[in-house]
Amino acid sequence: MRMNNGLIAPVVIPLLTGMLLIIFQKNIKLQRTLSLLALLAVGVISVLLMVQIKEGGIQTLQLGGWEAPYGISFVGDMFSALLLLATSIVSVCCLIYAFPTIGRKPEKLYFYPLYLFLITGVNGSFLTGDLFNLYVFFEVFLVASYVMITLGGTKRQLRESLKYIFTNVIASAFFLMGVAYLYSITGTLNLADLSLRVAEAGQDGLITTVALLFLIVFALKAGLLLFFWLPGSYSVPPTAIAAIFAALLTKVGIYAIFRMFTLIFYHEPQITHLLIGLMAAATMILGGLGAVGFGDIRKILTYNVVISVGFIMLGLVSSTPEGMAGSIYYLLHDILIKALIFLIGGTVIHLTGTSQLKDISGLIRLHPALGWMFLIAALSMVGIPPLSGFLGKVFTIQGTFEAGYYGFGAIGLAASLFILFSMIKLFMNVFWGETVLCEDEEKGSMKGLLLPIALLTFASLALGIGAEGIAPYVAQAAEELLDPNRYIQAVMK
Amino acid sequence: METLIVILVGILVSIGTYLILSKQLLRIVLGASIVSHAVNLLIITSGGLKKGSAPLLGEREVGFADALPQALILTAIVINFAVTALVLVLCYRAYQHFRTDDMEQLRGHENE
Repeated sequence: MRMNNGLIAPVVIPLLTGMLLIIFQKNIKLQRTLSLLALLAVGVISVLLMVQIKEGGIQTLQLGGWEAPYGISFVGDMFSALLLLATSIVSVCCLIYAFPTIGRKPEKLYFYPLYLFLITGVNGSFLTGDLFNLYVFFEVFLVASYVMITLGGTKRQLRESLKYIFTNVIASAFFLMGVAYLYSITGTLNLADLSLRVAEAGQDGLITTVALLFLIVFALKAGLLLFFWLPGSYSVPPTAIAAIFAALLTKVGIYAIFRMFTLIFYHEPQITHLLIGLMAAATMILGGLGAVGFGDIRKILTYNVVISVGFIMLGLVSSTPEGMAGSIYYLLHDILIKALIFLIGGTVIHLTGTSQLKDISGLIRLHPALGWMFLIAALSMVGIPPLSGFLGKVFTIQGTFEAGYYGFGAIGLAASLFILFSMIKLFMNVFWGETVLCEDEEKGSMKGLLLPIALLTFASLALGIGAEGIAPYVAQAAEELLDPNRYIQAVMK
Repeated sequence: METLIVILVGILVSIGTYLILSKQLLRIVLGASIVSHAVNLLIITSGGLKKGSAPLLGEREVGFADALPQALILTAIVINFAVTALVLVLCYRAYQHFRTDDMEQLRGHENE
């Protein structure tokens, strides 16, 4: 039994720190330091976990000593560990960005504890090996996000948050419905045990229907085709919060779809995986139209989130080692890059006081670093080598072609063109052209904002240029996803 | 007995859906709440309704009830309770700000 107590740390550290910080509500300095330290500690632990998983295979922890399938298992495979690491990088950067921008009032109204609870929920979802526990961790980060989206209490925030919350409450009810159905069919909720029992009994029509119910639930959370709530709700909160939402929240939905459809419901790919592919294609087309059509920075960026959700799914649809590795690589890239462009976009709005493209022009003269980092991010999203989006795109598209899904691959490539068009439109409008603002006319200052943006740019560049170093980890993650027996053996032994 | 409860769940879900599809904020909250209750019933039914005594050592009866669904709905009820409380507060705040509880008017405009 490879018991590893380190697996619980990414959940417990932010949770306990957050609870502690509620007590020290007035002491802003302590709140900032402790939350930064906690997130850095989680980052270090996720690197350690990666190394352990690389050497010793999938790590497990049976909480309370109750053996699976009776207790709740925590499972860390390479996929989870990579996502944990990306989560820590992004959460640290967005936290540093929040220090100067978030404002005194939200800081006193429990911003830092909420932020830590959000990270708790996200990390827990990546690590848990129990379906109901997954639901609980989903609720943990959702409830934190419900409050964070309204933090500030402007009219637009109130309005959009209502839609966001209702959508998610209903999705959660359906999640529980799926849990109930699956429990009455199989009699277990442990993911590994579920996988065994579904494989033994065969995935009949009933189980496939339940699989589709789960697909709807997670598609709502991930913004896969059912993204109607996303552009509104991701464009209202303060920049640091919008960035962490865009980077992480949809990704947890994506993670859940990957987990469920590689570990449990992988027997009927001609139904489930094909449907995921169709949804992904529609998502990319609709998201692309949105990204090209709008003239508002926030809207363009949120529709880019939508496009990438569709693209990441293509690797799962192909179910080939290349496609899967490509998806994982692109997922990591996307977590970093979405936080980065949301931070840059937010900074532009902070500087100019408007989010309309037609009112902004020529920022590069005053803020060259910001402009060039935006260009790097934009090219990286499009997939220009050697930046970080390139490898993910190549492998994902290769996977879809190998699996014979030429149409999906073509739409994936076309989506890159939409991304290129929308990002270059942003770059040319915002950074090129005549400088209309002079320095003392600017609405906000750049003080302290460039550091987190530079950190994220650096991380994204490192992911692209250092691809050779991270490739064995990604390959291992893809292998583990494609071979459910490894996961089952690690948990059920 | 299970069949009856499942039919009840169906009725509750349809009532909840009807309420969720209406325009008024408060009705939507109530609808979501009813759907959650229906789901809780569904979970308790999924483990089979009570067949025997409590699952404790030393109980004399042979059959025992499945304890897991009960633990599950306990968690689900608590979460649902907290979320409903939060939503109610938000609805009240929204009503104070907008002086309306009509979702149609909370649609928002493009490019504001």
